[in-house]
Amino acid sequence: MIRVALPAHLRTLARIGEREVSLELDGTATIAAVLDALEARYPMLRGTMRDHATRKRRAFVRFFACERDLSHDSPDDPLPAAVVSGSEPLLVVGAMAGG
Amino acid sequence: MTGVRVLVGTRKGAFVLTADGTRQEWQVSGPHFAGWEMYHLKGSPADPDRLYASQSGGWFGQVIQRSDDGGATWNPVGNEFAYDGETGTHQWYDGSQRPWEFTRVWHLEPSLTDPDVVYAGIEDAALFRTVDGGQTWQELPGLRRHESGPSWQPGAGGMCLHTIVQDPRDAARLYVAISAAGAFRTDDAGKTWRPINKGLRSEGIPDADAEVGHCVHNLAMHPDRPDVLFMQKHWDVMRSDDGGESWHDIGGNLPTDFGFPIDVHAHEPDTVYVVPIKSDSEHYPLDGSLRVYRSRTGGGEWEPLTNGLPQEHCYVNVLRDAMAVDTLDDCGIYFGTTGGQVYASADAGEHWAPIVRDLPAVLSVEVQTLP
Repeated sequence: MIRVALPAHLRTLARIGEREVSLELDGTATIAAVLDALEARYPMLRGTMRDHATRKRRAFVRFFACERDLSHDSPDDPLPAAVVSGSEPLLVVGAMAGG
Repeated sequence: MTGVRVLVGTRKGAFVLTADGTRQEWQVSGPHFAGWEMYHLKGSPADPDRLYASQSGGWFGQVIQRSDDGGATWNPVGNEFAYDGETGTHQWYDGSQRPWEFTRVWHLEPSLTDPDVVYAGIEDAALFRTVDGGQTWQELPGLRRHESGPSWQPGAGGMCLHTIVQDPRDAARLYVAISAAGAFRTDDAGKTWRPINKGLRSEGIPDADAEVGHCVHNLAMHPDRPDVLFMQKHWDVMRSDDGGESWHDIGGNLPTDFGFPIDVHAHEPDTVYVVPIKSDSEHYPLDGSLRVYRSRTGGGEWEPLTNGLPQEHCYVNVLRDAMAVDTLDDCGIYFGTTGGQVYASADAGEHWAPIVRDLPAVLSVEVQTLP
């Protein structure tokens, strides 16, 4: 089970009451697989974290886990073991910019 | 008793202002979609309970919201605006060519007859349409593929298609305006387009009389006289009597003819409203005095409307989509400011009063007249 923490705006948009969402993934756990599963469960999140067509991460969205910034890694890289085991969440973060 | 519902988009959420036909006591709800930029909200002329809203932000991009109950509840619908086929390029600020790239929806224009049909004007400039209530959006690519497309370039606010006007006589005729390309018209429901900028003169471009390249800020039409169009350009207030084939200047005695919105009285096709702004580098009223100007002669002769508006120390702007008129017998006029005020007049501009004073910067104001 993978735990994903979403920023407040996306939780509001998807009407998610809890800070974290739990996902069961088939196959290798990657950022791309997590986003696929999130968007399948919450279609209104499509296009909010990555581009619809190119799948490129939106500029002001970041992915953190285990005190590391995974945003610039390949979205197909395996997630850290602590995220895969559910002991650490994958954090989807709206960058500290603008306001 | 009839009433009105004013839909206000701001930099940090949407607000819905409602009143009965006297328009004296107002109920304010919001912020809806708090924290998001609400570029535009508009109701369907065919079903007043059907509303559409453009919700966007730098972090999480574009969302389209739809309400089927007059704004009591909302649900996100489709938000994919994929350009049709080859994207092509347009001119960038430095003169280089740059691929068209979707940024946001500036304007949503519901069909006059079908609540499930809506036109969307987007940045980078293109026209989209949904025929399924917003679930999916398809580009009408003939506009972007016009031979002049590669020469279009963004204004300071981006290269946006911000104005969509439907001809009530003929569903196949649409007008759009793009900053900074100009005005365009289709007579075949969006398949082919041609620029309609003859008579426009813009000193800020190399060829002042060019066919395209003009920074048109807004267009307005009275439904009873659809061949007459009014235009607020970057500078100049213009009028066409032939569906955009030619334009002439109607700025007349305006103290400045720079501005953003333009609108027409609901029952008097020759009564036109603008909000003159000092200049393109000083986006606020002349002398700190907020004045709506009204022409009752279809342009040329203008009178200031000031009763109830701040006449000193006022340095707000009124953006292009932030003025609207209702269709009650005593036509109501509404506008919102970048200072967060929404002003209303229930007597065609003679007297004004703020409905709200302290919203985030207002991006758009639309009004529905309710049965």
